[in-house]
Amino acid sequence: MNLAEKVKSKFPNLVQETLEQNGDQVVVVRKDAIKSLASSLKTDPEFQFNLLTDLTAVDYLHWEEKEIRFEVIYNLFSLTKNHRLFIKARVPETDPTIDSVAPLWPAANWYEREVWDMFGIRFKGHPDLKRILMYEGFDGHPLRKDYPYNKRQPLIGSMN
Amino acid sequence: MGEVKLEKFNFMTTTLNDAIGWARKFSIFQYPFVTACCGMEYMATACAHYDVDRFGAGFPRFSPRQSDVLFVVGTISHKMAPVLKKVYEQMCEPKWVVAFGVCTCTGGFYDNYATVMGIDTIIPVDVYIPGCPPRPENVLDGLMKLQEKIQNQKQEI
Repeated sequence: MNLAEKVKSKFPNLVQETLEQNGDQVVVVRKDAIKSLASSLKTDPEFQFNLLTDLTAVDYLHWEEKEIRFEVIYNLFSLTKNHRLFIKARVPETDPTIDSVAPLWPAANWYEREVWDMFGIRFKGHPDLKRILMYEGFDGHPLRKDYPYNKRQPLIGSMN
Repeated sequence: MGEVKLEKFNFMTTTLNDAIGWARKFSIFQYPFVTACCGMEYMATACAHYDVDRFGAGFPRFSPRQSDVLFVVGTISHKMAPVLKKVYEQMCEPKWVVAFGVCTCTGGFYDNYATVMGIDTIIPVDVYIPGCPPRPENVLDGLMKLQEKIQNQKQEI
């Protein structure tokens, strides 16, 4: 039994499906399950995911086979167990919010600010959710697929 | 006391404007504002093989108040734009600006949420050096065009 299936058998009501992509173990969850699953995976003696190595998001706007627009992707690693797991949480366009994991892993603080800045996904419970790459007064979220690539910003003006 | 022969003395005549221009064009203290990959080509130009010191420009100053020419080398983003403008405003007159590479000239192949579409939307530019990145020969050509411009302009004192 691989790692993703172990996670699913231990938390059957939190995990929706498991995938194995190019040797990476992936579990897919609904967005309201992320907080309890993340805290369980961090403290569970079998998994001990004590390191969040990455947190990012994908916009699947033009993918017809994807019903839900956004996926927030958590890249977890266990330094003690030496195993890695990806969690994909599906976030709909109508309610782009998800629970923050910054209280669990402080590394998530800036990652979540970046995902908010680029994709406009709000993280509930984040200590200071503000833009990190773009400036205050920036209009829109530039990595959304419906952001016009040549859009001009109000503070910058038509020349740029 | 015989007749004074003028050709015994080595001298030349010029105008003050030309003399100052000649002095200024061979003492370019440059401020390298290097932000991106063009910086590699800038370094190649500044090193011994191409010997930018032949043009009196071999002395980069990292203080805008002590420099004459602002070399803007590499892509300028919207967040960097206020910094570039402040550096330009800190430089003392007379000052010149060289746009090094297509990103500084026009934005290059970037047309997105982050990139300034040419630094001439922010500050005045004297010489544009196109190329992605420009070859050192191209940079030296731009430098000589800048010298020509400095020599021929009216010198503010």
